Amino acid sequence: MILILFFFLAPVVITAVMGFTNMDYRFQWDFIGLGNFYRMANDFLVPKILVNTVVYTFGTLAIFNVTFGLILALLTTSISERVGLFFRALWLLPRFTPPVVYAAIWLWILSPTKNGLLNGIRVAMGLKPIAWISEFPWGVIIVTNGIIGASMGMLIFTSAIKAIPRDYLWAARVDGASWFQEVRHIILPLIRWPLMFITAYQTLSLLTSYEYILLITQGGPFHASEVWSLYAYNKAFSAYAGTYEFGYAAALATVLVLIGTVASIAYWKIFRFREMMAAPRIEVS
Amino acid sequence: MAKRGFTPGSLQRERRKQRLLRTSMYVFLVVSSLPIIVGYIWLFVGAFTGNLVYGFVPEEFTLKNWSFLWKPPSAAWPNIWRTFANTVFLAAGVTVIMVVVSTSAAYVVSRMYFPGRSMILASTLILHAFPAITLLIALYYILRALGLLDSLWGVILVRAGLMVPFGIWVMKGFFDDIPWDIEMSALIDGATRFQTFWKVMLPLVKPGIAAIAVFAFMAGWAEYIFLVTFVRDPNSWTLSSYINAIIGNYRFTNYGLLAAVSLFYMFPVLLFFLLTQKLLMKVTVGGIKGGR
Repeated sequence: MILILFFFLAPVVITAVMGFTNMDYRFQWDFIGLGNFYRMANDFLVPKILVNTVVYTFGTLAIFNVTFGLILALLTTSISERVGLFFRALWLLPRFTPPVVYAAIWLWILSPTKNGLLNGIRVAMGLKPIAWISEFPWGVIIVTNGIIGASMGMLIFTSAIKAIPRDYLWAARVDGASWFQEVRHIILPLIRWPLMFITAYQTLSLLTSYEYILLITQGGPFHASEVWSLYAYNKAFSAYAGTYEFGYAAALATVLVLIGTVASIAYWKIFRFREMMAAPRIEVS
Repeated sequence: MAKRGFTPGSLQRERRKQRLLRTSMYVFLVVSSLPIIVGYIWLFVGAFTGNLVYGFVPEEFTLKNWSFLWKPPSAAWPNIWRTFANTVFLAAGVTVIMVVVSTSAAYVVSRMYFPGRSMILASTLILHAFPAITLLIALYYILRALGLLDSLWGVILVRAGLMVPFGIWVMKGFFDDIPWDIEMSALIDGATRFQTFWKVMLPLVKPGIAAIAVFAFMAGWAEYIFLVTFVRDPNSWTLSSYINAIIGNYRFTNYGLLAAVSLFYMFPVLLFFLLTQKLLMKVTVGGIKGGR
């Protein structure tokens, strides 16, 4: 418990308080009231980063974490069990690969020189190499994060699909339903809760994840792929800017927590999670 | 409109349609998995060849990429084996702390009643939702105050601390599944509470311990963000920092070295993964893995 208190509760409080100070590498508590928040409102980068965050979060969420996760779950449960298991394991692998190794693989695939995979193929076809990462920063961060993110939805949807009584599917098949009709009219309505849960949970995860962006694009070129959490990280720890603006970064992080909280409440209301909670799933008292 | 009914023709057509659907499923899966498949194959091929022609055709077999094993690629870098030992130390430290703390805490919340119990359970769930970035800045401050910056102990404590709520929830599930009667009979036979826990309960939750230990080890082994933020001293580098430095110094140039060190780093993960992937899938569904 002490450990938890120490590494969760204390940091949360310290971050919140630090947001009102002008702390830098000297670590002094100079309170400047709402100064950091005024600065944020006038920071010319903030609107751009806000747009980036929204595009990145919902783009990745819509294309990969939910849609692609669902497609993978549907396909791997429709083919033979052994092959399905193989593909699920394959998609799970990136999640357990150390982030630096995963980034290394992508840096090779997307390399701007002719030694990378995609440009190697272009050169072989007689075309000029393209600097993929600086040409398509959004595409790059969405695809690289999405491939990791899809596995979570895939696993949860898979177990939800497997929990559907087989009789329903057999009955549909006897009645002459095609695979698409089966999916549309039986599977999708029955896995409604997991779908909503993944949407909500992964929104929060994506809002706050920046590890892979930091490694692959570093937020560049010129902040084109910088999201809110990465911006806060760079303000505090960036090696090349060398600013160590802990106070401002803490204020940015606090705002991010607020955004996350608002998003959770919105999801709670929209998806009516209370109804799901009504089913006694977890014993708490 | 084709005539309905079970004529041989319609059955055949139906079967052909089924086969087409199935084939297209396989094709889709293979094509969409290509980036992953190709990427991991590259780790193996790239590590043992010089420059690849057109980026993907191997030319000759060579071991020169592996020279980092006895000679650091840059004079300022530490010996790879020291880095390796640091990585093992980090992963093992995280595993031990996380398993001990979450197993004992889970036993307490699962079996004993005390005021504030439900609050503790709820708070572990809420805290789980706090993003690492909000904690990172404050943790930097705390570690600095404790003098644990630039030391692996700081990273171990932070990583273990962040994983403990997850561990408590998983282990609580395992303890809840053990009937009270077993524990009662041990107590009636004169065992103390601690003996019951140690000799009766622990052996029964071994699968749970194995599961969270694997998780903690993999997380510690792969740790990146806390490491590059809190630890700058090359003597405390782990393999993550090592590869990070390779990416930083030889970005887009020395792919052979990058692949070789990555493969070296990945090897235990691959081994672990192949042995435990079924277990991992189950636990990932049951509790939710930290980070993402």
